[in-house]
Amino acid sequence: MSILSSAPFSAAEIATEGLKPEEYEEIVHRLGRHPNKAELGMFGVMWSEHCCYKNSRPLLKQFPTEGSRILVGPGENAGVVDLGDGLRLAFKIESHNHPSAVEPFQGAATGVGGILRDIFTMGARPIALLNSLRFGSLNDARTRRLFNGVVSGIAHYGNCVGVPTVGGEVYFDPAYSGNPLVNVMALGLMETPEIVKSGAKGIGNPVLYVGSTTGRDGMGGASFASAELSDESERDRPAVQVGDPFLEKSLIEACLEAFKTGAVVAAQDMGAAGITCSTSEMAAKGGVGIELDLDKIPVRETGMVPYEYLLSESQERMLFVSETGREQELLDIFERWGLHAVVAGSVIEEPIVRILFKGKTAAEIPATALADNTPTYHRQLLTEPPEYARHAWAWTPDDLPTCTAKGIEIQGTQQSWNNILLRLLETPTIASKRWVYRQYDHQVQNNTVMLPGGADAAVVRIRPVEVRSQESGVRSQEDTETQRIANLQSKIQNLKSSPLSPLPGVAATVDCNPRYVYLHPYEGAKAAVAEAARNLSCVGAEPLAVTDNLNFGSPEKAIGYWQLSEACRGLSEACRELSTPVTGGNVSLYNETLDADGTPQPIYPTPVVGMVGLIPDLTKICGQGWHAEGDLIYLLGENCGNFEWGITNVEVSESPHSRTDAINCVSSPLVTLGASEYLATLHGTVAGTPPIVDFELERRVQAVCREGIRQGWLRSAHDCAEGGFAIALAECCISGGRGAEIVVPVGGWGDGEVEEDTETRRHGDAETQKIQNSKFKIQNSSHPTLHTPHPTPHSFRYDHLLFAEGGARIIVSVAPEQVALWEGYLADQLGEHWQKIGRVGSERSCLRIQVADNLPLISVELTDMSDRWQHAIERCLVD
Amino acid sequence: MPQFIKFGVVVFPGSNCDRDVAYVTRDLLHQSTRMVWHEDSDLSDLDVVIVPGGFSYGDYLRCGAIARFSPAMQAVIEHAKQGKYVLGICNGFQVLTEAGLLPGALVKNRDLHFICDRIPLKVERTDLPWTQSYQPDEVITLPIAHGEGSYYADAKTLTELEANGQILFRYCTPSGSLDTDGNPNGSLHNIAGICNSQGNVLGMMPHPERASDPLLGGTDGIKLFQGLLD
Repeated sequence: MSILSSAPFSAAEIATEGLKPEEYEEIVHRLGRHPNKAELGMFGVMWSEHCCYKNSRPLLKQFPTEGSRILVGPGENAGVVDLGDGLRLAFKIESHNHPSAVEPFQGAATGVGGILRDIFTMGARPIALLNSLRFGSLNDARTRRLFNGVVSGIAHYGNCVGVPTVGGEVYFDPAYSGNPLVNVMALGLMETPEIVKSGAKGIGNPVLYVGSTTGRDGMGGASFASAELSDESERDRPAVQVGDPFLEKSLIEACLEAFKTGAVVAAQDMGAAGITCSTSEMAAKGGVGIELDLDKIPVRETGMVPYEYLLSESQERMLFVSETGREQELLDIFERWGLHAVVAGSVIEEPIVRILFKGKTAAEIPATALADNTPTYHRQLLTEPPEYARHAWAWTPDDLPTCTAKGIEIQGTQQSWNNILLRLLETPTIASKRWVYRQYDHQVQNNTVMLPGGADAAVVRIRPVEVRSQESGVRSQEDTETQRIANLQSKIQNLKSSPLSPLPGVAATVDCNPRYVYLHPYEGAKAAVAEAARNLSCVGAEPLAVTDNLNFGSPEKAIGYWQLSEACRGLSEACRELSTPVTGGNVSLYNETLDADGTPQPIYPTPVVGMVGLIPDLTKICGQGWHAEGDLIYLLGENCGNFEWGITNVEVSESPHSRTDAINCVSSPLVTLGASEYLATLHGTVAGTPPIVDFELERRVQAVCREGIRQGWLRSAHDCAEGGFAIALAECCISGGRGAEIVVPVGGWGDGEVEEDTETRRHGDAETQKIQNSKFKIQNSSHPTLHTPHPTPHSFRYDHLLFAEGGARIIVSVAPEQVALWEGYLADQLGEHWQKIGRVGSERSCLRIQVADNLPLISVELTDMSDRWQHAIERCLVD
Repeated sequence: MPQFIKFGVVVFPGSNCDRDVAYVTRDLLHQSTRMVWHEDSDLSDLDVVIVPGGFSYGDYLRCGAIARFSPAMQAVIEHAKQGKYVLGICNGFQVLTEAGLLPGALVKNRDLHFICDRIPLKVERTDLPWTQSYQPDEVITLPIAHGEGSYYADAKTLTELEANGQILFRYCTPSGSLDTDGNPNGSLHNIAGICNSQGNVLGMMPHPERASDPLLGGTDGIKLFQGLLD
C-alpha cells in the first residue's frame, strides 16, 4: 500500500496545507509515521517557499555574503553591518504582497510591523523605514483603492510606532494590477552590546512567550503567501493579520530593555507561521529541542485547537530563551509595559519540537526536519532565452518614427519635445510621490537629514543611544547596560560636543526598474544594484551592503524560473563588482493573478535592492536640486549624444548616392531607448534591451561623485534614471526651484566636421558654452575610403539624446569658484566620461536644452514642470 | 525664569516624540531633563513639563482620551494650577484639551489624511515666555505630523480665545496670509497653538523640537524653548 493511500488525510487536505504528494511522502519518511493534523499544518507552513526558500535556495547560494564590514549575514532575523566607532546597523527588507492584495490596509500595516520586529529582535532600535511599492495603472478604480489602502496602512503603523518612513519608490504598471507589491525595509541601530541571535541554548533554560495574545487571525499566512492569487483569494481574508502598532511600540521598548539585562539568551519574532516557525527555527539553529505548552499561551479567543495555536499569525509576539533563574526579571519588564509574558516551555536536549496541549503531546517533530533540512528543488534552466525576450530584443530605435529638432510624430500627432517632457513628468512612476510621503511621518526621532523628495537616497543621522532616568521607573543606563555601551555613549557624546569631529549618518535606498528586469533579467538585476549604489553615491554615502526582495512569478514555470535564475545571477555579479555583499532578504514567489479565463498572469520580475551606505560626515552631503544661479552643470558617466555611426548595409553604403541614408546611428549599449519610460509611455512599447551596466564606469563615476561631495565641490547630484537625461535635469530644476541653460555637446551638422578634437573642445571656453566633445565614430573602420559621415538633423535621434536611459550617469552642479579644482580632478579620474553641459538659471526661469549649434530642443517654464510633476498623482486619484 | 531650569518629559506607552524633546532640552540647550513615567505623580522638582507627541495608549477611543486619566496627568494638572509651565506638542496638545487644561478639541484633518510637512506659521503674540524670542507677526516654519490636528471649538470659546489673546500660532501662507490656502488641516481660525488664559499652559500641533537642530535644517522651533530660559 502506498504512503498516500494509507494517509489519514485526503489528497485535498494535503494540498490545502500547500504540500505536494511527494512532500507528504517525505514527511512520513522523516517521522517514521503519518503526521497528525497539527503536524501536517506545521510542515505545510515551514516547507512553504516563504519560510524555507525551497525553489530559490540554490540560486541564493551564489550571492556574495562576506565583507570586512559584515557582522551578521543571511540566516538571522536581519543583517548587521559595522559602521565603525562601535556603531552597528541592522537592516532587512520583507514583502507583504499577498496580504496587501486582499486587504491593503492591514496587509501593508502588518508588513511594517513584521520587518520592525526583525530589527529589534536583534537588539537594534528601529531608526528608519523605506518601502518599495508596485501597483497597476491608476486609471483603474481597484488599483486606486489598493494604492490608497496600502499607503494608509503603512502610515497607520509606521506613524504610530514612531519610526520615520524616510524614503522609497513607487511604480505603476499594468503588470501589477491584480498583484501589487509591498516591500518594506527597516534600519536599526544596535543598542545592546551583543547582537541578539535566534539559536536556542542552554538545556533547561525557560522559553518565554511575550507580546500580544494568540488568536485565529492570520491562519496559514505563509502558505497563502506562496500561492497564486485568484478571484477567490478575497475569501482568504482571515489569512491576513491585524496589526496593533501601539502594542509594537511598547514591545520595542520592553524588548530592548529586556535584552540590556543580559538575561535573554536568544530571541525570535513570530512572523510567518508564528509559534511553529519560531520554536523550530530557534531549536534547529541552536542544535537543541524546545518543549512548549500551549495551555500557557495567552489567548484572545477560546476553544482553539493545537493546529490553530501553531499556525496563528497573530501579530506583535516574540519567543525568548531566558537564562534560568532570571525569567522573573524579564517578566517584570513586560508587565510594566502592559504586555503579556509567560514562561511557556523550556529548552530540551533532544533536538525536537514537542508541543503539549491539555497534558498530552500534540505534536512532536525533529526540529531540523521542519526548519533546516527542508526540501530543495533544482529546476532546469531554459537553454535559450524565452520567445518573449528574444522578440523584445529584436526591437531597435529604427522601429520608431523619425524625429527632428522640433519633435516627433506619434500615431498621427506631432508632439514637441516640450510636450513629451511634460507628459513624462506627469507619468505616475516619474511624478512626485509627495501625496504618498506626506502621509508618512518622516521626521519622528529627529534624525531625518534629507527629507523625502529632496535627494536620491534617504539620509538619517546616527544618534547615541538614549539614556533614561532611574527615578522615572524606567531603568537607567547604569543598571541595565554594560560598560561597553557606556563607553560607546561617551565616545559619541565626545564626537557630538567637538565641532571638529564629524557626525556620521547612514543613507538608504530601495531600487528596481522592473521593466529592465522583465526585458533582460540578468542586465536588469545588475542595473538595480548599480542604481542603488549610484543613488547612495549621489548623497555622498559609501555603499556598504544589500538586502534584497525577490518578487517573482511561479518558479514552476520555465519562464518564471529563467527570470528568477537570471536575475539572481545578475544580482550576484553586481553585488560582487560593487563590493556590496547581500546580508539577507526575502523571497516572494507565485506573484501571479489568475485572470477571468483562469490564465495566470505573472508580474514583472522585481528583485528590489535595498542598500545601505555610510556617510562619515553629515555636513558633506548633497541633495538633487540646483543650489545657486550660475553654478555649472556637469554630466558624469557615458557622454550625452554619444552615438557611434554604424553601417547597416555595406552594399548600399558603398554607393555614394545613398550613403547618408544607409548610415544609422547606433548608440552605445550603455545608454538605450530600449526598455525606457519614454518608449513605454509615449509609444506604448515595452521592448528593446535595457542599458548594459559597465561596472568599471559605475565604480569610477560613483567614486568621483562621492569625492566631489566630500571635498565640498558639488552642490547637487542626481542620477539619470527613468526618463533619462532630460527628466533628470527637470527634476534638478523642480527640486532646486531654479531653471537651467543646457547645451548638449552634439551637433556641428553645418560644417561637415564631425571628428573633433575632444581635448580642445572639452576644456574650451566655458563662458561661451561652446561645448565639448562630439564623438562620432565610424564603427566599421575597415572602409577607409568612406568619408566620415555626419548625421543630418532629420536622421538624428533627439529622443535618444533626451530620454534614453542608463550609462552610469549623474548630473551635478558646481560653484564657479570650484570649477578649476573639480575639472582637474575629473580629467584625472574620468578621462572622457564627463561633460560640462550648462549652468543653473534663476528662480522661476526655464529649463532650456539645445544642441551645440543653437538648435533649441526644449524650453519649458519651471512652473509648468512643477505643476505637472507635483500634482500628477493627486489628479489621478480624484478623476 | 532662571537660566537653568528643569524639564520633565512625560512618557506614556505609545509616546514617540519623548526622546526628540529631551534631545532638544538636554543635548541642545544643556538643561536638566528627566523622563516622567506615566505612573509617576511627583513633579515637584520640575519647572517645565512637556507632554510630547506620539500615540499615547495607542490613541484608541479618541486621541489623548485615555492619557488624561494617568497619574502623571493628574500631577500635570496640579503643576499647571500652581502657575508652572506646561507644553503639549501634537498628541500632547490633544491630551491637554482632553484633560481640560486647554479649551477646544482636535479633530480629523480636513482631507482625512495624516499630514507630515513643513508649514508656515504666524506668531501672534510675543509677550509670553513661550514666544518672546520671536518678532511680532513673524512668519516661522515648523514641521507638522498629525492625522487629527484640526482645531475645533464652539463660537463662544473662539471669541474668548481671540479676545484674551490666547492664540499664539496660526497656520498661514508663506507670505503670512491667514486664509484657507495656508491652513493645512481645516483648523478654525487657522489655529495651530493656544495657551490658557494665564499663559502658562501652551498646546500646539506643530513640532518645535523638530526644528531645533541646524543639522536637520530649520531652527525656528528652538526659540520657543529658548524663550523659557531668558
